[in-house]
Amino acid sequence: MKTLVNYIRSLFLLELWQGLSVTGRYMFKRKITVQYPEEKTPISPRFRGLHALRRYPNGEERCIACKLCEAVCPALAITIETEPRADGSRRTTRYDIDLFKCIYCGFCEESCPVDSIVETRFFEYHFENREDSVMTKDKLLAIGDKYEQQLAEDRAAQAPFR
Amino acid sequence: MGDFVISLWDTLNQDFPVIGILIKVVVIIAPLMLLVAYFTYAERKIIGYMQIRIGPNRVGPRGWLQPIADAVKLMFKEIIIPSGANKVLFMIAPMISITTALAAWAVFPFDDHLILADVNAGLLYILAVASMGVYGILIAGWASNSKYALLSAMRSAAQVVSYEIAMGFALVAVIVAAGSLNLGEIVRAQAGGIWHWYWLPLLPMFVIYFISGVAETNRAPFDVAEGESEIVAGFHVEYSGMAFATFFLAEYANMIMISALAALMFLGGWLSPFQGTMLEAAFAWVPGLVWFFAKACVFAFFYLWLRATFPRYRYDQIMRLGWKVFIPITIVWILVVGAAVVFKLPPWWAA
Repeated sequence: MKTLVNYIRSLFLLELWQGLSVTGRYMFKRKITVQYPEEKTPISPRFRGLHALRRYPNGEERCIACKLCEAVCPALAITIETEPRADGSRRTTRYDIDLFKCIYCGFCEESCPVDSIVETRFFEYHFENREDSVMTKDKLLAIGDKYEQQLAEDRAAQAPFR
Repeated sequence: MGDFVISLWDTLNQDFPVIGILIKVVVIIAPLMLLVAYFTYAERKIIGYMQIRIGPNRVGPRGWLQPIADAVKLMFKEIIIPSGANKVLFMIAPMISITTALAAWAVFPFDDHLILADVNAGLLYILAVASMGVYGILIAGWASNSKYALLSAMRSAAQVVSYEIAMGFALVAVIVAAGSLNLGEIVRAQAGGIWHWYWLPLLPMFVIYFISGVAETNRAPFDVAEGESEIVAGFHVEYSGMAFATFFLAEYANMIMISALAALMFLGGWLSPFQGTMLEAAFAWVPGLVWFFAKACVFAFFYLWLRATFPRYRYDQIMRLGWKVFIPITIVWILVVGAAVVFKLPPWWAA
């Protein structure tokens, strides 16, 4: 009896029609496509995009060359060289991030004791020359200056959870 | 003006019959090619909609120029011939595919008298030409000198050969019911409204014909010949540019051909669905070509619907379905139809 029922079910393509009806219904559903360059999805304050080096409000760079980020970086994308500055404080002379190596894990940001190296919400960047993939200290500081307001807001918003 | 054109056409056909035939061929092929291009667009749109996406919408308003952009891109791409390939066969294979896909259209009756070649054994011709198409795939797979292509060609050949039997048997039932191999006669035998079309008396044949047609054209869910998860793209892995586009065109032209054939065999071709009802007069102004096109579109849509719905069949399941299910069912149903015709069984064969 059971075999007979199974035969009838498969001969009348019962299950296939059920499947077709699912896709048929979905054809008339509202579409969820986001038209990317014109429309964008909301971005979390914790988003990990392009890196930046921040400054204090008085213009002094935050980075104290502790090299924790260099040590924690799993992709070995960060290279730091240091020297004492004229006023005796320890500062970096070189701070390079190779974006081809970087995996955007955010460990550098987590490890930084002074919130200097951060990752911005900006992710729509490109390079036109191969060597441009290495972000130098100057470039990182410039990015930090450009997005400082957004960065400060995001960090303030996340402060209660850190 | 109209008379002048007709008289010009007549003299042209009398004095230069070849040119007249060529013009007719162009009149069939050009819209067909356009149809193929927009079938790919329809495929991407419909499958997109079924996956709650909106599909291509960037090139031109609502993406209408997308197939044109695709065609231009493929035309400008380099045709790469692998160094180990048999160059002559490698280039002949796509030509065979497209030739057989287009040649079948010669005998299609688009309307009562709108037909390029009114061949007596039109259906036989279509079956013969369509089965030649597998040579294109086989030769492409062999000439590419690539293991994926060869595997795919073997799969495709086995599959097409198996399903051709079931499909042929399904059409034999139609031939028995209509008593003719001429496509126009088969359509005329279905006259008398929607309940006289062969989809109802030959329902199992109708379903089997369409499923075998999907398998014949190597489309999802029977597309093991392409099987991108196993053998990359199948028999056309090594093809690029226009050579690839030719295979693509042939595949889609074949899909439209199977759809159109299904409309002729089972849905009464150019006949109005309102024949014998009170709506017949109200829809008398619609040309038969439109009915034919609409019916073929239903099947073309089904092709896309199936692709959006079903996962790929396993190879042994395909063979099981073809040999152990379809062929026995078709043979039995041919007997049933034969008996019905011989004993003039009502309601369809009472006359």
